[in-house]
Amino acid sequence: MSTDITRASAAEIADVLARREASAAEVTQAHLDRIAAVDGEVHAFLHVDAEGALAAARDIDRRRAAGEELHVMAGVPIAVKDVMATKGLPTTCGSKILQGWIPPYDATLVRRLRAAGMPILGKTNMDEFAMGSSTEHSAYGPTRNPWDLERIPGGSGGGSSAAVAAFEAPLAIGTDTGGSIRQPAAVTGTVGTKPTYGGVSRFGLVALASSLDQAGPCSRTVLDAALLHSVIGGHDPLDSTSIDAPAPPVVEAARHGDVKGMRIGVVKELGGEGYQPGVRARFDESVKLLVDAGAEVVEVSCPSFDYALAAYYLILPSEASSNLAKFDAMRYGLRVLPEGVDDPSAEQVMAATRDAGFGDEVKRRIILGTYALSSGYYDAYYGQAQKVRTLISRDFNAAFEKVDVLLSPTAPTTAFRLGEKLDDPMAMYLNDIATIPANLAGVPGMSLPSGLAEEDGLPTGIQILAPATEDARLYRVGAVLEKLLVDRWGGPLLTQAPVLTAKGA
Amino acid sequence: MSTATTEPVLSYDEALEKFDPVMGLEVHVELNTHTKMFCGCATGFGAEPNTQVCPVCLGLPGALPVVNEKAVESAIRIGLALNCEIAQWCRFARKNYFYPDMPKNFQTSQYDEPIAFGGYLDVELEDGTTYRVEIERAHMEEDTGKSLHVGGSTGRIHGAEYSLVDYNRAGIPLIEIVTKPMTGAGERAPEVAKAYVSTLRDLLRALHVSDVRMEQGSLRCDANVSLRPRAAEGQSQDDVPLGIRTETKNVNSLRSVERAVRYEICRHAAILDAGGSITQETRHWHEDTGVTTSGREKSDAEDYRYFPEPDLVPVAPTRETVEALKATLPEPPAQRRKRLQADWGFSDLEMRDVVNAGAVELIEESVEAGATPASARKWWTGELARRGNAAGKGVDEFGVTPLDVAELDRMVRDGRLNDNMARQVLDGVIAGEGSPLEVADARGLELVQDDDALEAAVDKVIAANPEVAEKVRGGKVQAAGALIGQVMKEMKGQADAGKARQIILERLGAG
Repeated sequence: MSTDITRASAAEIADVLARREASAAEVTQAHLDRIAAVDGEVHAFLHVDAEGALAAARDIDRRRAAGEELHVMAGVPIAVKDVMATKGLPTTCGSKILQGWIPPYDATLVRRLRAAGMPILGKTNMDEFAMGSSTEHSAYGPTRNPWDLERIPGGSGGGSSAAVAAFEAPLAIGTDTGGSIRQPAAVTGTVGTKPTYGGVSRFGLVALASSLDQAGPCSRTVLDAALLHSVIGGHDPLDSTSIDAPAPPVVEAARHGDVKGMRIGVVKELGGEGYQPGVRARFDESVKLLVDAGAEVVEVSCPSFDYALAAYYLILPSEASSNLAKFDAMRYGLRVLPEGVDDPSAEQVMAATRDAGFGDEVKRRIILGTYALSSGYYDAYYGQAQKVRTLISRDFNAAFEKVDVLLSPTAPTTAFRLGEKLDDPMAMYLNDIATIPANLAGVPGMSLPSGLAEEDGLPTGIQILAPATEDARLYRVGAVLEKLLVDRWGGPLLTQAPVLTAKGA
Repeated sequence: MSTATTEPVLSYDEALEKFDPVMGLEVHVELNTHTKMFCGCATGFGAEPNTQVCPVCLGLPGALPVVNEKAVESAIRIGLALNCEIAQWCRFARKNYFYPDMPKNFQTSQYDEPIAFGGYLDVELEDGTTYRVEIERAHMEEDTGKSLHVGGSTGRIHGAEYSLVDYNRAGIPLIEIVTKPMTGAGERAPEVAKAYVSTLRDLLRALHVSDVRMEQGSLRCDANVSLRPRAAEGQSQDDVPLGIRTETKNVNSLRSVERAVRYEICRHAAILDAGGSITQETRHWHEDTGVTTSGREKSDAEDYRYFPEPDLVPVAPTRETVEALKATLPEPPAQRRKRLQADWGFSDLEMRDVVNAGAVELIEESVEAGATPASARKWWTGELARRGNAAGKGVDEFGVTPLDVAELDRMVRDGRLNDNMARQVLDGVIAGEGSPLEVADARGLELVQDDDALEAAVDKVIAANPEVAEKVRGGKVQAAGALIGQVMKEMKGQADAGKARQIILERLGAG
């Protein structure tokens, strides 16, 4: 292993900084250099804040030199998905309609990153307003998968996962409404956690679907995810849906993984038909490793999961249609005047701006949601979807009476080619079939690499699901599985990734 | 710019002869909480535009609401005071529509799960009878920003050159109180409407939940009016289906409530009488011309796409909370009035004058400060109401406090002032010269307590008017009045007229 600090895990970087073997400014600069070298190809970032990140890093170095007691993660740089409000830093949500908007406030999560002394490298690319599974719906061009630049990095948080996979950042913030942290993690060979709904504050997270959105960590190791999870988690009085309880002991769990005597359920409905053979093979292997490590594995059935995708695509667009109404050119963001209208009314400006500022996928979902909420259709669509949501929660409850955690492949396929599913929304939506149930029920989920599919040599992911507020279980199981797999591979999966055209690599 | 065309109206009597009016009133109450419904911004009236705003009430991307617990308490107290049931579990809902003064383009409101529902308010009418207004619901919501349309003459968006929006008001807590259809009021419908809003205002004031200043918009009334044909012989009026309604907005004084309802009854009647049909629409009330004009049409196409607000958790007040809030309710205004009337020994007529003058609290406080009920009433509904009527002011708008009235009364009872002097002192108080005591001192107003001076004045007057004195000696006691007047003149008004009379009668042997 080279001495390249960008190859180190966040935990290792934190150690190096604590031992003063490198300064935070050096670590940050190394990542900025890496971004400069490879992001032209990967396009993980929409905005790089070299100046701000270095200033924050120097501040940490100064405080460390002064003997101040610092947060364990102080000086470890991070990338933030462009859906989080960052004071003084552009926040576009991957949309033209927010081009040029600079928030006057920080999201709670961002405040916590800054309070911990973590330099923010920049804002990462995403599908417009987090609608998509490929990052191709970004108004600023797609992000590419570091494993194969002709393939998608997953979505909506393709930028965050690709940044981590390409060693541009040791950590990143993602948000997961139907799999937008976990599915990109799976297809880029990285780790991602969607915490329990309410576990991480949504204040400052530009809402896609309020009842489903949840921010969480993206990383290369399970321990790193836990370290970041513990920085951003915990109650926030500014978010009414935030859980008023101490953050779960995730770091402890990640450091002391153990599955002996644990009951693990394999979800019958999430696997089998529609899942790529390589994805299934790697999944079965991982399950076997856990059995060998002392876990008891049983198959459980969650029959309502079959309706999860349909319910999700009614609830999400309904909430999104309302959440995205505020983008109307009146107060901030893009303003487009209608052509050929002499003295346009406010309504005409709103219409022209929304027509020009939103992409097709966003419009598609706004129209869907507007329809689903319309009087006369509400009960049949939104109302029914909410009932399905209740049934899915019941399936989870019943399953968790029998087992401690559930397992499934994270995504049915490895990374598909750019453009492959762009004209087939249903095929795109199906990529989230295994991740959506957790959002509907609010339970936590993690994806970690399970290997490479034989047929295409691309990363596959395994998903762990736990009961609400039991996020620590994800890390306990994830840490064990990660260790067993890395031993088997003879090193982290990402060491098998092709070399990007980085200088000195 | 559109000029309001005068629409035909039927005379009120004729309208009522042919039709039965039905009303529904929606009252929006701005709560007087220190902070907004969903954020910590200040709520004071009249601040510089867009200075009481934050990411939440501006609806900036990513911002989230948090419910103001004080506002929920006020909502529950209002519900309880209106004899409503309080929901054990209810949610906020989003009312979706686009308008520049709505930062999120949805209003966070309540839809099918209001915090309070199924109540009533008894309203006393001028003739002393009571009309029970059934309350459908009271729900919580946030106010919108305020648009100011510049250019054009109407102040409305049509014809304006540009519009400005002030978001200080956006997010101020509102309670919307909706009545059930008010039937059976007949020709008294306008009076019932006014009395309802007035009674509601008193109730809200007694609850201390709102400033209830109609002119500042902290109490706003929308009046729905419809007419249906008079029931045929042998048919119950209740069996006649309701007509099509109009919703008149911008009705922002008690007098306007009465006038607007009356106008709409006459306007509907003219249309229906001519065989036309009513357009279901929003109408605007014009205080100056006393007419309503058509606003936007309310068609079925208007669909607010309500759904439960996912950014907020349900409101679930415990029974204990509700009971504790119930214990904080003031005595209902009507009951309180009855009790005070008995305590004060006022006749029905006297009490009605007191209520109409808006002087119940003022008299109560004056009495608490030491005035007798009778004199407190005399000052507030006599002296000050008279001045108020002349100046077009309320009795509470002269800067005279209940403490002043009590002090004035004490000075009269102590014999320092007579009535005439007391009125002069009141003038001084109104002129801002200070408290009654200070005014009396400064103006040198004080009854002469010196009996020698009074006796000397009596003797002087008797000597100067021998014929009159003779009449009194002869038993014509009423003739003493002329002498008293002269004595008072001699004393420059600063004498006790009763005492002067007593001395005159003694001197002339007529006592």
